[in-house]
Amino acid sequence: MNEYNFAYLDEQTKRMIRRAILKGLAVPGYQVPFASREMPMPYGWGTGGVQVSAATLTPDDTFKVIDQGADDTTNAISIRKFFEKTAGVQVTEKTSDATVIQTRHRIPETELSEDQILVYQVPIPEPLRFLEPSEVETRKMHALEEYGLMHVKLYEDISRHGAIATSYAYPVKVEGRYVMDPSPIPKFDNPKMEMAAIQLFGAGREQRIYALPPFTKVVSLDFDDYPFEASKADHSCEICGASHTYLDEVIVDDDGNRIFVCSDTDYCATHASKPQEAAE
Amino acid sequence: MIHITNLSKHFILHNQGSTVIPVMNKANLFVAPGECVGLTGASGAGKSTLMRMIYGNYLCQEGSIRIDGTEIVGANPRDIIELRRHKLGYVSQFLRVVPRVPTTSVVADPLLSIGVAPDVANEKAKELLTLLNISERLWSLSPTTFSGGEQQRVNIARGFIHDYPALLLDEPTASLDAKNRAIVLSLIERAKANGTAIIGIFHDEHARDQVCDRTIDVTQFAPKVN
Amino acid sequence: MKPLLAVEGISKFYGRRIGCASVSFDLYPGEVLGIVGESGSGKSTLLNCLAGHLTPDLGQIMFHTRTSGMQDILQMSESERRMLSRTDWAFVHQHARDGLRMSVSAGGNVGERLMAVGERHYGQIREKAIDWLSRVEIASDRVDDRPTAFSGGMQQRLQIARNLVTGPRLVFMDEPTGGLDVSVQARLLDLLRGLVREMGLSAIIVTHDLAVVRLLADRLMVMKDGYVVETGLTDQVLDDPQHAYTQLLVSSVLQV
Repeated sequence: MNEYNFAYLDEQTKRMIRRAILKGLAVPGYQVPFASREMPMPYGWGTGGVQVSAATLTPDDTFKVIDQGADDTTNAISIRKFFEKTAGVQVTEKTSDATVIQTRHRIPETELSEDQILVYQVPIPEPLRFLEPSEVETRKMHALEEYGLMHVKLYEDISRHGAIATSYAYPVKVEGRYVMDPSPIPKFDNPKMEMAAIQLFGAGREQRIYALPPFTKVVSLDFDDYPFEASKADHSCEICGASHTYLDEVIVDDDGNRIFVCSDTDYCATHASKPQEAAE
Repeated sequence: MIHITNLSKHFILHNQGSTVIPVMNKANLFVAPGECVGLTGASGAGKSTLMRMIYGNYLCQEGSIRIDGTEIVGANPRDIIELRRHKLGYVSQFLRVVPRVPTTSVVADPLLSIGVAPDVANEKAKELLTLLNISERLWSLSPTTFSGGEQQRVNIARGFIHDYPALLLDEPTASLDAKNRAIVLSLIERAKANGTAIIGIFHDEHARDQVCDRTIDVTQFAPKVN
Repeated sequence: MKPLLAVEGISKFYGRRIGCASVSFDLYPGEVLGIVGESGSGKSTLLNCLAGHLTPDLGQIMFHTRTSGMQDILQMSESERRMLSRTDWAFVHQHARDGLRMSVSAGGNVGERLMAVGERHYGQIREKAIDWLSRVEIASDRVDDRPTAFSGGMQQRLQIARNLVTGPRLVFMDEPTGGLDVSVQARLLDLLRGLVREMGLSAIIVTHDLAVVRLLADRLMVMKDGYVVETGLTDQVLDDPQHAYTQLLVSSVLQV
């Protein structure tokens, strides 16, 4: 433990990140620039989320990491180990026991409470990026609330696919002001973003932090005649039987047979032991 | 209706040693409503120049041109545009149109520009085209490819579609056969009867004698060459 | 009638060099003003100052807004000015790709301005987009094609549709027919002329093509070295040019 400062980053850096987090919380949905540090893992592995977690953790916290809902994937395990080693905090796989949850591409199925913090890993924080390559221009568009372009993307979806085919990183408008990329979570999770927990978003490579205070109004963009739909695969979980959770499709043999299972491993495991409850 | 007093003009060719070419000196002309005045004089005497000055196409250095009370000399371009739309028609020898625009639209254009409904304007255009013996199969084509005589008749139709109180005609019958010439002359007669003041250039003496109430030799307005 | 645009003493300097200097004019509703001059004469600088793309160093530009009368656009906040340029103004670039989103379908390109002013009904947006495509003579079955699949002339017409869909009152055009085949130019000129009349548009057209202004513009401004050297009725300026430079310009046109 003595080899590292608590949670790896030096205190000055953590203060800098905390200031960015506080600013983000004060202006929900606004992307706050911060001086992202080199972390002992490559970009794309959650360096933004890790830095936000490092600045957020206290020695009393219980830490959980999920990757696509799962606690047992390489990315989740290595980040969990990282903080076990550098911060010595308790870790858990149980959503309800955790105080800080770092996530890649999912919101846990279990409803979060107000004493929890959800930290998202964000690859590209700018929702307008794919339509407007200039950062100068996108910042101006945010500043002046010029969001027509965001609907152009949805328009293109409908004209090409007959429906809004964007199924993850589905753009949202925060408190009627900033349009925000919710990170690549499935749009199934979008409605959950109006939650009791604090949500923090960290993009390491892009050096941006943004945040949602508890119960912030988050509206998924749509058209009057093509309303937003939080879609999921039309199946139940093969393991726990839950019919209201986000499912992963798993191919089980060479004949192309497939099953659908909960992407949230903790939720699935908890409910597989009490199947009758999950079925309700 | 058309009132010209002491009108003078010269060209200055800045790129050719600033040569000054005087072309008109103290021209005076008055045309009453319903009157047709023919301009005469040898080629280069300044007939077309005078017409262009009246139309606002050439600037004048001195004098006055008043059409139905509106002064042309020194007028704001906007006022000239307004005058051309409503009061002053001009049939030139050349047809200048946007390529690809059908003949009917070319002819109806003056009416459309003063806000006449398109169907009314097109109907009137077709009447005139019929009268002037432009074959119906040509109506939907652009006049840019027409023969000289056809283009001239399209130009005439365009000039007569609106009842301008003042009308300038630059050789309206030049390339027409006898039959069509007679039709054009009857159009001119009709306009006169409606009270239009007309100034025209007619090289064709027969036509001139038929429609002109009097002629003016513009040679008298030519500047004295020193 | 009140002017739609009243420009007073606009000057723009690039360091010690003059972009354009002391330009003043009024533009009335429904009027088309042509600005001609050779490359480097300051006509594009002027257009960009007028359209809010460049900030002039001197002068004022008053625009008759729908809601609050004459407003100096240079005193407006940037958001107000950008709102104007999405609603009441249009800008047609010489190169269609500067004015289009090349990775977005034709329908999306036309619909963008509608969505930018708050339209949120896909069906209606699409209907209007198709209507506008047909007005610029693009078949409705091309609505989902990207502009990269269009010819130069079609791209330019698409750019015009995209600009006019919100019913602007003032259109800025920078060499709208530049780089197009003459036959395509003719079609575009015809289209522009019709739209100007039909919608009662005011337009400012910058070009070095005198034939274009003769057919489209009511009035003409001739620029040289940043200054306006001659103004007047289009046909008068072209047929009886007064200034040495205009005489040179007019006499230099090749006859076909």
